[in-house]
Amino acid sequence: MNTIRGANLLSLEHLSRTSLVEILDTAESFVEVHQRSVKKVPALKGRVVASLFFEESTRTRLSFETAAKRLSADVLSLAVASSSVKKGESLRDTIATIDALGIDAVVMRHQSSGAAMQVSRYVPHVRVINAGDGQHQHPTQGLLDVFTIRQLLAERHGTTGAESGAELFDGLKVLIVGDVRHSRVARSDVDAYVALGAAVRLCAPATLLPVDVANWPVEVAESFDDALEWADVVGLLRLQRERGSGSFVPSLAEFTFTHGLTVERAKRLRPDTIVTHPGPMNRGVEIDSRVADLPVAVMTRQVTNGVPIRMAVLFLTVAGNPGGER
Amino acid sequence: MTDLVLRNGRIVRPDSSLVADVYLREGRIAAIGSNLDVPAGTDQLDASECWVGPAFVDLHAHLREPGFEHAETIESGANAAAIGGYGAVVAMPNTEPSLDSVAVVAYVLDRGATTRIDVAVAGAITMARAGERLAPMAELAALGVRLFTDDGTGVQDAALMRRALEYARPLGVRLAQHCEDAWLAAGGSMNEGAVSSRLGLTGRPALAEELMVLRDLELARATSGRLHLLHLSTARSLALVAQARREGVDVTFEVAPHHFTLDETACATYDPIMKVHPPLRTTHDVEALRTAMRRGEVDAVATDHAPHAPEMKDMAFDEAPAGMLGLEHAASLTFEALGGAEGDPQRFFSLLSRTPARIAQLRASDVRPRHGAHGGDVVEGESATLVVFDPSARYVVDRERLASRSTNTPYHGRTLSGRARATIVNGRVVAFDGELA
Repeated sequence: MNTIRGANLLSLEHLSRTSLVEILDTAESFVEVHQRSVKKVPALKGRVVASLFFEESTRTRLSFETAAKRLSADVLSLAVASSSVKKGESLRDTIATIDALGIDAVVMRHQSSGAAMQVSRYVPHVRVINAGDGQHQHPTQGLLDVFTIRQLLAERHGTTGAESGAELFDGLKVLIVGDVRHSRVARSDVDAYVALGAAVRLCAPATLLPVDVANWPVEVAESFDDALEWADVVGLLRLQRERGSGSFVPSLAEFTFTHGLTVERAKRLRPDTIVTHPGPMNRGVEIDSRVADLPVAVMTRQVTNGVPIRMAVLFLTVAGNPGGER
Repeated sequence: MTDLVLRNGRIVRPDSSLVADVYLREGRIAAIGSNLDVPAGTDQLDASECWVGPAFVDLHAHLREPGFEHAETIESGANAAAIGGYGAVVAMPNTEPSLDSVAVVAYVLDRGATTRIDVAVAGAITMARAGERLAPMAELAALGVRLFTDDGTGVQDAALMRRALEYARPLGVRLAQHCEDAWLAAGGSMNEGAVSSRLGLTGRPALAEELMVLRDLELARATSGRLHLLHLSTARSLALVAQARREGVDVTFEVAPHHFTLDETACATYDPIMKVHPPLRTTHDVEALRTAMRRGEVDAVATDHAPHAPEMKDMAFDEAPAGMLGLEHAASLTFEALGGAEGDPQRFFSLLSRTPARIAQLRASDVRPRHGAHGGDVVEGESATLVVFDPSARYVVDRERLASRSTNTPYHGRTLSGRARATIVNGRVVAFDGELA
């Protein structure tokens, strides 16, 4: 796929370097809206965006809804109980009901992989933005991660992200640590980093690596300690306790022992290494509280950047004519 | 009953074939020969360029009645079978209630007797298919049940499966296993591998199937039991069975059309129609199944016909039930896999009729209350339960025009070749050119 203009955003897989840079540059142009006294642009005035969360996620929903409102879209917020299936309603019926209210786009979170793609088939006239589907993809998280990294690196180089394009990613060493197997964030992150030119290594207990890791465009780091010294960016993942990862490692304490970013291990980080985490953090499990509060840990910046990234995604998918000028 | 003569068909016998007329009278083959003189008023069916052989026998059909009549009934399933060229199907026991008692089995047999074809029953191995205590196999065998299975799931408890094999042996029945270790397959909705990982779907590894195949082969060896393995889907499963057979284990097995025509990449759009257990495997496995079929190393093609109402397939992939339709298109898919019109018609009828009839004990030589004779030779005196199969037919699958009550075929829109022109049960044409007769 060469652009998300006028299209759905279901996955970062197959998204080209150019189209990723287009999204990042669009997001950068929206950053300054945040600094205005009137935090709004009329780009999606009169458009209706539904946020449909089958799986609750307060922070992602708030971020999307904030983004939609800053673009002047009307927002329909529907918290669909994840038990709707148990009540007998099919995915098709649920989306048909929402569609009947008249919507231009749906931002969708679902506990099942592929649900966003299925919905895009049910309502082809509606733009579908995947806000996380099962263990598949979380495209806007991947985008805000690379956006945050580009912004930080550009600041260090005394330039701006838009001026740097994707060149700051060339040869950038990115280490992704933890429950890669069950992580939609990891899949989106790897897609984005690799497309932008970074070198990616994964580090995890053997049971939390993807079953087909040999096919991934990454290396596997045997030693977490060595990999920490290698990395320019350390992307921690949430240990997906709610997905039964518990049985994939003996205990949380053992995970911390082998793969937690403890205070001791954090000493191996270079002063300019950046630590990211998609949140919510399991403090004391994948990251020690004191490490999470170090300046190298940029979680707050990630959350802030979620808004312009989601503004860019909504703007490009809903208002962007394929091939047209902005 | 009107008599019928099939003109100029290629008659496919177990070891030879010839072009001749077949005269059917009072439910039996009355004469075979060239330019047969038949009484005035005898119906004629032009079978030239067609294969004439015993009507197909499906070892594995989920007819959903009792319990899930909105998805399929015994009658609608039998109609789908008749259109597909089948003269008999074995109804699977995962109904509600399960087929684990005389009353429910008798109900299915009685309903089946009112349909166009023969409906045999596979009884449950364990009560309610719960895998805890044995179903009354002797009582059900007395009703004519010859296959037992907990299909939908396998019997997980090795000690119970061993006991079932021991108990069943003197009854002259065979135990059919759905081979998937429940723990290895837990939570999985497609084949485990690169595709499942990319899609973020939990996998059902090939190992889940192969480990139970291996376990049951050893149990059958140890007990001298009779075992049938349902819908084997991996190259390794086939190799394990071949090895055990050489060593004298009494085991038969089937493959399902979807496993030799579709691979795991069909799941890439998250269409729940493509969800099935065991799952669609790799292209390597698909090729291994096709090769084994062509070499005569496979006993039977069985459909695993599994209707689900449309709303059940409008769910997320991992939440939707597993299973797809099979009865109406299995013969075409088998025909194509064997090489089409260039393929071996003996092998075709062996896979679809003669061997499954032997496994299900539905042949003339099998003592069997209620059911007619299937899978026989095409000679004078044999039952007139036949199929006229047209190798030159081509048609487009249309899910809106199926005899089944459900529409979950993975072949919608696909052009298939070879088709049952006429299905004849006891001398009566029950389906003709894709329509019920």
